[in-house]
Amino acid sequence: MNDTRFTYTLRLADDLLVLSHRLSEWCGHGPVLEEDIALTNRALDHLGEARNLLQYAGQVEGQGRSDDDLAFLRNERQYRNVKLVEQPNGDYAHTIARSFLFDAYHLPLMQALLKSKDEQLVAIAGKAVKEATYHLRHSSEWMVRFGDGTDESHQRAQTALDDLWTFTGELFVEDDVQKELEKAGIAPASGPIKAAFDSTVNEVLKEATLKRPEDGFMAEGGRDGRHTEHLGYILAEMQYLQRAYPGAEW
Amino acid sequence: MTEVKDLEALFQARIDAEQKIEPRDWMPEKYRKNLVRQVSQHAHSEVVGMLPEGNWITRAPNLRRKAILLAKVQDEAGHGLYLYSACETLGVTRESTIDDLLSGRAKYSSIFNYPTLTWADIGAIGWLVDGAAIMNQVMLTRTSYGPYARAMVRICKEESFHQRQGYEIMAVLSKGKPEQKAMAQDALNRWWWPSLMMFGPHDSESAHTAESMKWKIKRESNDELRQKFIDRTVQQAEVIGLTVPDPDLKWNEERGHYDHGEIDWKEFWNVVEGNGPCNHERMKARITAHENGRWVREAAAAHASKKTKKKQAA
Amino acid sequence: MSDNPNNWPLWEVFIQSKRGLEHKHVGSLHAADAEMAIENARDVYTRRQEGNSIWVVKAEHIHASLPEDAESLFDPADDKVYRHPTFYTMPEGAKYI
Repeated sequence: MNDTRFTYTLRLADDLLVLSHRLSEWCGHGPVLEEDIALTNRALDHLGEARNLLQYAGQVEGQGRSDDDLAFLRNERQYRNVKLVEQPNGDYAHTIARSFLFDAYHLPLMQALLKSKDEQLVAIAGKAVKEATYHLRHSSEWMVRFGDGTDESHQRAQTALDDLWTFTGELFVEDDVQKELEKAGIAPASGPIKAAFDSTVNEVLKEATLKRPEDGFMAEGGRDGRHTEHLGYILAEMQYLQRAYPGAEW
Repeated sequence: MTEVKDLEALFQARIDAEQKIEPRDWMPEKYRKNLVRQVSQHAHSEVVGMLPEGNWITRAPNLRRKAILLAKVQDEAGHGLYLYSACETLGVTRESTIDDLLSGRAKYSSIFNYPTLTWADIGAIGWLVDGAAIMNQVMLTRTSYGPYARAMVRICKEESFHQRQGYEIMAVLSKGKPEQKAMAQDALNRWWWPSLMMFGPHDSESAHTAESMKWKIKRESNDELRQKFIDRTVQQAEVIGLTVPDPDLKWNEERGHYDHGEIDWKEFWNVVEGNGPCNHERMKARITAHENGRWVREAAAAHASKKTKKKQAA
Repeated sequence: MSDNPNNWPLWEVFIQSKRGLEHKHVGSLHAADAEMAIENARDVYTRRQEGNSIWVVKAEHIHASLPEDAESLFDPADDKVYRHPTFYTMPEGAKYI
């Protein structure tokens, strides 16, 4: 049970850490100064949420590993994030669409976690709900701007959605970890979260005049540590100093 | 009709009486131009300055440092924005100010044309570069142009953690493994002289100093500020066991200041003229961001105008 | 407002730092629409918990008095000392007035 709870907490944490990493790549390169600042705020929010979760994961595991140990000293196969968040930034439409799809899942998940039997997760979710509400508002508004804006922006947003859609199935995967914790009242059931995700996506895409892609083949594996090739590069970069100077203080 | 001469006398009297100049006040065209040059240069420096530090965000050595660095670089973006706003009160749009940067007509602080090669460079930038910038910025909170002074008050408040986080990085590295201490010393060696150059040419050589002082845009000279910076920083280096790379550095009891070696002005002008290690990369990064952002800005504007039209039709 | 769609209009930002206090002008920023202006203002001007409420106004909608009118607008208040409480002489010993 502790093992599954550890794995589950890592899944929550790794999504946020990896997405924060991707968003932080924009810092200094945003499409306009105001939006550069907004994206960095998101990166900081996700980083803070990830730290809380990693600290808790370390407690659950009970082997004295800190948030830094878990972030910097696990390898590609030990990361548990969904493949969606490790996808490259691409153009701004890809970045926004990736966040939008994630936010549409993350907000109802955090809301549902408020009723978890795990008090620590409830506390962490309590803070995250406020941030996630803002994130979804921000990314939804941009989806609408792109969809409704110019022909070019519409096309770019549609392409981004089409490219990323295959990674959304994994957000609601029903595996043993999920089922066990669902039964224990710790993890919320995937069904209602998927329903909330669907209704947000449908509503926003309708307003944006964008087409919801067909549910075709859905990529999986991230939750079990089988990632796309992108994650290896993310970790190589993120972990470089910790790996090059083992045990050093910074 | 009041004569320009009288207006100028009134203007100077107001400055001498320590009253702020506000956007709609009459001001000599040269005052306005001088300010636009300085404020926009300052704004560009904040924005270009995001690049060398941004270079290490994805490689920060732990989560605490990563959060600090992200917040700091984000502050620089905010500061750039405050300053572009101050510039707009002088009647120049953000667009034209940025055009000046991207076309190479406007300058930014040369310090950001140096590369961040190791993590210790992030420490050195916070400690030395922000340390030098703060000297200048604290002075500018008392500058004669109201919007510029107000922007600087806000910036100084926010910057107070920037120098500290940099010095903390250097202190931790100096106490760390021998390779870490060497990394810190190497960063100090590379950043020391360029930091001193940040204060600009000697007073005797500076093209804008006299006028800027008369109008109280600047309130202390390049050399005065540089001396203040050296006096403070040498002591800080001693505390963490690092050596300032200047063999001529010596306490002068009589002056009550440190004497220091001569700055390599050839290097300074070389970098100003575009031949620094990263001039090309920095400009390219800004131009790419601007160009890649064009369709995004257009999309948002198009959506906003459609929305307004819909509202009007309803 | 610029005709170039690449340039978003300028907005002036007013922040109320605490309930009960006035909204105070803090600076400006660019945004395509009001929602974006509020969100940008939040990110730009309230990163350190400075905010409780935000107003944004398109800069083009602000009309300002002219500096050369300052004398005629404000000097007439100079000789209206009776508008200030210190103008009045209170009998010695009177309390709470």
